[in-house]
Amino acid sequence: MMTKFLSRNRHTVQSLGFSFITLIAIMTVLPIVGTIIFIIFKGGSAVSWEFISGFPYDGMRAGGILPAIIGTLYLTIGTAVFSVPLGIAAAVYLSEYAKDTRLTRLIRLAIINLAGIPSVVYGLFGLGLFVLFLQFGTSILAASLTLSIMTLPVIISTAEESLRAVPQAFRTVSISLGATRWQTIRRIVLKEALPGILTGVILGLERAAGETAPILFTGAAFFLPRLPQSPFDATMALPYHLFVISTQVPEMPIQIQYGTALVLLVFVLTMNLIATVIRSRARARRQW
Amino acid sequence: MNKILIENLSLQYSDGTESLRGVSMGIRQNTVTVLFGPAGGGKSTLLRCLNRLNDLTEVKASLGQILIDGENILDPKVDVIALRRKVGMVFARPVPLPMSIRENVTYGLELAGEKRKSKLDEAVERSLKLSAIWDEVKSRLDEPAIALSGGQQQRICLARVIALQPEIILLDEPTSGLDPISTGKVEAALLELKKEYTVILVPHSIQQAARTADYAAFFLQGELIEYDDGKKMFTTPKQKKTEDYIMGRFG
Repeated sequence: MMTKFLSRNRHTVQSLGFSFITLIAIMTVLPIVGTIIFIIFKGGSAVSWEFISGFPYDGMRAGGILPAIIGTLYLTIGTAVFSVPLGIAAAVYLSEYAKDTRLTRLIRLAIINLAGIPSVVYGLFGLGLFVLFLQFGTSILAASLTLSIMTLPVIISTAEESLRAVPQAFRTVSISLGATRWQTIRRIVLKEALPGILTGVILGLERAAGETAPILFTGAAFFLPRLPQSPFDATMALPYHLFVISTQVPEMPIQIQYGTALVLLVFVLTMNLIATVIRSRARARRQW
Repeated sequence: MNKILIENLSLQYSDGTESLRGVSMGIRQNTVTVLFGPAGGGKSTLLRCLNRLNDLTEVKASLGQILIDGENILDPKVDVIALRRKVGMVFARPVPLPMSIRENVTYGLELAGEKRKSKLDEAVERSLKLSAIWDEVKSRLDEPAIALSGGQQQRICLARVIALQPEIILLDEPTSGLDPISTGKVEAALLELKKEYTVILVPHSIQQAARTADYAAFFLQGELIEYDDGKKMFTTPKQKKTEDYIMGRFG
């Protein structure tokens, strides 16, 4: 009698516990789903081909957001050009060559701390170094470099992790077959770590694409009547444009604000989706 | 004729463990020389000295020399890449590289700069045949090597070494994870191999040592206790310690 009662009681406690955990899991999904639905609901009507492919007019209260889309594209590519080679090289150094010395520990510490710096501080740093000292002016180049510094720690740490995940035995075998260290890295280690590295790269660039503060002083323009012609031109960009039309322009139609937000969200989530696809494909194909 | 001459070799790892103490021995060409003894005796360390794979490990101090064809391979000026092509190694756990069967076999050759497809194909067939696995894999050379069974993988690993046409082949407990049938196949391949190569084997059991050894060396705690003709060693060992180990009194 007693044991039967206890076991039923335990069962109840367990299902209560599971329900509670499930509830919490659902709650973590709510904000993201809620945000997406809300923005589609509010801004979906504004998004049209003209909106995506047209220039803004009437003090940005009408027309499209093409210059901001193109600008964000340029900034993302510019950031990739600097941060990807540098980040992967640093990760290869840390994972494959660096011994555990005081210097490498210092480098690691620096990378961790770099990731913790508020983005507006990067903006000020970029203003001081790239815009003023190196005289790149307020430009795509200066903004891309600033975003690169911000993106580097993400790329370095995910790339290093992916490189370290490649089994040590592959390296030993490759060396024993007469490979140099570099041949081993190029032919085996990097090849196996590539999907993980790409995921990190995309997540890093995704963050760069969505940031406002680092480009605020270094490359973003309030309004430009034409597309940027060179890396030394300033550019409009989606996150900054969103900030501008939400706070700086009186009598701004609300659909255009949410439409812009929707385009930015789609841009960033698409990158995220690509990263997820790469990761799951690689996992299915992996031979270790 | 001695292919390898080890003179007074001592080695200590950075964590303080002393792995080899004053080991001296000659290893004859075209024989199977077996290094046996309980774990921690220095057998694997000695193998890893012969192709300088210990360069990857933190070694604190090493003394003595190893002459292969009269050249001291522990000399820092030695071309280790060339050495490792000449002295191939098969590890305890089969580790197929993450590529196809064919690519596993041609990997070392391609690193050495061989690009001619005819040469590569020839090497694939020849070394897979010598490793006694050609018939099992010839129809699926482009499938990933990981898809094979453990015993097949280990023979691919052997073929990968043979493809480089080494002069010496080191095997570190190559059958420790294999079933008796696969083990038999690998051992049969070894007997075939010694016609062309000098084979040094760390066996995974005394029985295997007795089955395969032309010469046998008994290692205990970093020291070479006894080194003799294989037949004599396993029937009438001279040293008490060797006898005790072979009889199963310790180890």
